Amino acid sequence: TALISSSPRRRVESWFRPRRGMQTVTLIPGDGIGPEISTAVMKIFEAAKAPIQWEEKNVTAIKGPGGKWIIPPEAKESMDKNKIGLKGPLKTPIAAGHPSMNLLLRKTFDLYANVRPCMSIEGYKTPYTDVDLVTIRENTEGEYSGIEHTIVDGVVQSIKLITEDASRKIAEYAFEYAKNNQRASVTAVHKANIMRMSDGLFLRKCRQVAENYRDIKFTEMYLDTVCLNMVQDPTQFDVLVMPNLYGDILSDLCAGLIGGLGVTPSGNIGANNVAIFESVHGTAPDIAGLDLANPTALLLSAVMMLRHMGMHDYSKKIETACFNTIRDKKVLTGDLGGKSKCSEFTAEICQRVRDMD
Amino acid sequence: ADFFALAPIQWEEKNVTAIKGPGGKWIIPPEAKESMDKNKIGLKGPLKTPIAAGHPSMNLLLRKTFDLYANVRPCMSIEGYKTPYTDVDLVTIRENTEGEYSGIEHTIVDGVVQSIKLITEDASRKIAEYAFEYAKNNQRASVTAVHKANIMRMSDGLFLRKCRQVAENYRDIKFTEMYLDTVCLNMVQDPTQFDVLVMPNLYGDILSDLCAGLIGGLGVTPSGNIGANNVAIFESVHGTAPDIAGLDLANPTALLLSAVMMLRHMGMHDYSKKIETACFNTIRDKKVLTGDLGGKSKCSEFTAEICQRVRDMD
Repeated sequence: TALISSSPRRRVESWFRPRRGMQTVTLIPGDGIGPEISTAVMKIFEAAKAPIQWEEKNVTAIKGPGGKWIIPPEAKESMDKNKIGLKGPLKTPIAAGHPSMNLLLRKTFDLYANVRPCMSIEGYKTPYTDVDLVTIRENTEGEYSGIEHTIVDGVVQSIKLITEDASRKIAEYAFEYAKNNQRASVTAVHKANIMRMSDGLFLRKCRQVAENYRDIKFTEMYLDTVCLNMVQDPTQFDVLVMPNLYGDILSDLCAGLIGGLGVTPSGNIGANNVAIFESVHGTAPDIAGLDLANPTALLLSAVMMLRHMGMHDYSKKIETACFNTIRDKKVLTGDLGGKSKCSEFTAEICQRVRDMD
Repeated sequence: ADFFALAPIQWEEKNVTAIKGPGGKWIIPPEAKESMDKNKIGLKGPLKTPIAAGHPSMNLLLRKTFDLYANVRPCMSIEGYKTPYTDVDLVTIRENTEGEYSGIEHTIVDGVVQSIKLITEDASRKIAEYAFEYAKNNQRASVTAVHKANIMRMSDGLFLRKCRQVAENYRDIKFTEMYLDTVCLNMVQDPTQFDVLVMPNLYGDILSDLCAGLIGGLGVTPSGNIGANNVAIFESVHGTAPDIAGLDLANPTALLLSAVMMLRHMGMHDYSKKIETACFNTIRDKKVLTGDLGGKSKCSEFTAEICQRVRDMD
């Protein structure tokens, strides 16, 4: 509900929102350049007057009861309550003893789908233009089960697990995503010619789910064929859904097509409607705290987050301001080929956002 | 082109269509096997895999018959055949007998399937040794092991350890290691940073096709398979193209470059250089090109052009 003044000369301030219109999002700034790019995102959201409140939490693993590594209960409660999170890069200290933080988060919230939209950025030149695809990777099983054994001396086996449930879930997510984002087709990526039972099961579930989405074109393609074709003409691809390892490879390959991890957004969808959006680059300790970082990846992930929350106007506004800034090439961070500081790049986007009102 | 280059090669044509051997197992015709065992070197065009034939993939049968453990694909940008990349010059060396393609799968319980990936010390050592020998014999500066040992600690870890051990015997060659996903991320941004890449089966399947794409696809990519007992089979890796078969429209480049690879393998460097140069110059000059290369010439015309250039080099 908007506050309407009886006086015709009083403008309704567009930033005024009733308390219940504000959505609270858990913010995990992360390590290294994490805090500064998180600040950049918050500033831009403020300039856009996006109805988002940030609840900052730290997720560094601690030993829980029973000696198991867990994320701090405070952080977990925040995510469970808010359902939506934005996360910067986390370091994985080698000697810390605890497992990868990303792995811990994945298990804690059952983040089963990793989603990466890859769209060419005008002004950030790569050998490709017009890339516009989405990789949707099953993120809980497959080749990354972690189950390995030494059979006899010098012979090791590694187990790949494919289940009907996980395959159905990821396929359902892919088609729902395609439907909600007006994508024309979904392609299942597999090697069922070689791995007949495991990838065969994955493929069958995709085909079954496809039956419920007659408006969306469903195709299947071998992983090696996808790679061969991807580097020759990526415009032929739309939404791609696949098991874990293939997703690991393809999502990074596609990030490379548009310019790398510094400009690639990413989202992780979990059980119980939890979703965590994150930049997938590293912590860049060499430039941390020097106001040199490029916040684009985290910002585009935050834009992805807004779309996920149905806030399409705000997402469009912020995304456009970001893309136009890069396109116009006047204020760019070092990795984008410019000489500007992170704060200058951020201020430029903020200004463009404000100018759109 | 070989005929006109006066390359000292005699061809013994054999058919490898699978037949049922004693005991009911599918085998390649004994005649073909004897020929390969005798000659050690083979050149192979595309084979069709008829769906209803009953026999397994011919390529798989050949691989098992001759223990073709290494698949080697040199990928070099071809001047005149435009792709988003220039200056690609790398080689993928793929372990081709084990890994994720063991074919061992089980249903654990209803709706849960497991697929076994096998990595052995022997196969890993063999492929690593081949990679370093290849690098040494072809004056390549570095070998990079491609893996996911951060996730598959034991299996890829074993593969990596063998590569490191073999590297110790080749101090002149730089040895590096890189995660497969990082390789892909970097490959599409700057392929010139890569030289010789060695990896297990699945990763090799993916990367070799990715790299073929960088230089223009399977129609221009050479390939070689190295087996036990010094057997080596060189082959084009594109399909049989039934729609243009017999119409004099095909592009022989992939098979020709595979034959060039064969000559180098046999130590015939002058002939390989001569034929390769004639082929590359024909493509570079763009006057006589087959349809897939953007031209309108017939296969025979393209071939004649290369022959002429080869003769002119003498």
